[in-house]
Amino acid sequence: MTDTALLVRGVAARLAGRDVLTDVDLAVHAGEIVALIGPNGAGKTTLLRVILGLLDRHAGTVTVAGQPAERARGSIGYVPQRHEFAWDFPITVEQAVRTGLAHRTRWLRRPPREHTTAARAALDRVGMTELRHRPVGELSGGQRQRVLVARALVLQPALLLLDEPFTGLDQPTQTVLTDLLRRLAGDGTALLVTTHDHTAANRLCDRICLLNRTVIADAAPDELRDPAVWLRAFGVTGAAS
Amino acid sequence: MNVVDLIVEPWDHAFMQRALLVAAMSGIVCGVVGSHVVLRGMAFIGDAVSHAVFPGIAVAFVLKADLVIGGAAAGIGTALAIAAVAQNRRLKEDTVIGVFFAAAFGLGIVILSSAPGYSGSLESFLFGQILGISDRDVLTVAGTGTTLLAAAAVLHGRLVTVTLDRETARANGLPVAVLDVALYAMVALAIVISLQAVGNILVLALLVTPAACARLLTDRLLTMMLTAPAIGSLGAVTGLYLSYHLDLAAGGLIVLVLTGVFVVCWLLAPRHGVLARARLRHRDSTRSDPIKPVTGEGVPR
Repeated sequence: MTDTALLVRGVAARLAGRDVLTDVDLAVHAGEIVALIGPNGAGKTTLLRVILGLLDRHAGTVTVAGQPAERARGSIGYVPQRHEFAWDFPITVEQAVRTGLAHRTRWLRRPPREHTTAARAALDRVGMTELRHRPVGELSGGQRQRVLVARALVLQPALLLLDEPFTGLDQPTQTVLTDLLRRLAGDGTALLVTTHDHTAANRLCDRICLLNRTVIADAAPDELRDPAVWLRAFGVTGAAS
Repeated sequence: MNVVDLIVEPWDHAFMQRALLVAAMSGIVCGVVGSHVVLRGMAFIGDAVSHAVFPGIAVAFVLKADLVIGGAAAGIGTALAIAAVAQNRRLKEDTVIGVFFAAAFGLGIVILSSAPGYSGSLESFLFGQILGISDRDVLTVAGTGTTLLAAAAVLHGRLVTVTLDRETARANGLPVAVLDVALYAMVALAIVISLQAVGNILVLALLVTPAACARLLTDRLLTMMLTAPAIGSLGAVTGLYLSYHLDLAAGGLIVLVLTGVFVVCWLLAPRHGVLARARLRHRDSTRSDPIKPVTGEGVPR
């Protein structure tokens, strides 16, 4: 357990007075890909927001690379859902990737050369170097997803959080993305990926965490063959609304 | 009278020199600040702030205080109030803005109507008074404008990052709320220094129209940030020349010139213009391409 990139212990969160998450335990280790699966409203995005510090937790602790989450702010790689990004903005791929470092630019200073180097390296890792001068509005869905991954990678994060990266991508594009995420894990990055799509999760992940307000199951894909667990996670037996 | 005379003659008059300087500077500052407004899709906030500066200017007028300071204070105050009330998610931001800007404008009219001889000054607030500018006004516009351009340069990277993706900017620890307020304050100041050129009702055009033209012409951010102030200042100066030679209202002509530029851009812009798009569609429909490229787009939850 030395290389624990993310450790979530007993986390609870409330939205508008309603308990969205209760007693959530989860760990993601370096080089591991964990899928966070659950129905709509299960609290997947809420959990990511708690880890990122965008939402206050009601109870529990979050530790990122051995530090309290509050101190890890600005060094976690976050890949939001694609519709969070203003794709009609007049900006090139490389400029968009560099905005991932805006919070590390010092006031009244030009961004240092390392920012350019980091952006180029990130574009190279996602295979977008050739398109780096292209306006983001002209990219396909899969290319857009890779730009968002590159923007997160400029931080050289130990932990990468991806919110529904496969949604709306066709099969070949999903395969390209799966390969990319596997490569990142191979380099030692820890990945937590929310998804609805358990086929994609089976192909991609080392571990699946079934979430519905709390963790229903947390095991390797092979060990989650029992349909009863899935039914419970998706609330079919009435365990959750 | 030849063309050179038409251009040079207005410079013989000191009031036209001041007017031309203020028009050009307003166009530049509004072009830069307006680019952020257009890219963030917050033109309606610009509208609200432009109405909100009215009571501040009215109070300053009645108290014989500095109009720029009065207007800026009221504009920034209203922007803060909108930002605070809009946190209540039960009301959408545009609803809150609708409530506030009508209230601010009503307040301004009531305050002014209490001042003796208000009707003349009301007209100059609403429609501009560019031929009545003093040397001190020119200096105020130059000083405030320079400060605004410097602020835009310093905040550029962070403002762009927030506009692109608020959620990720916040996750990375950028002070998103503070940057919002800074942008609102910049909008308020840009509007206040441009009021004399085009007036309270038309000032939104100086803020939004040149930036909208520039957006149609380019997909490059830097090009847009340079094109919008160029269009804004050239349009404002052209409107002023027309006003001088035709003896018609300056503010209205400035806005009409800018609108004319917008219509031309809308029709003829190389990639985003109506004609370019029609040509693209025609080409696509005549091409016998049996397989359409599959590009999945993001589907909201």
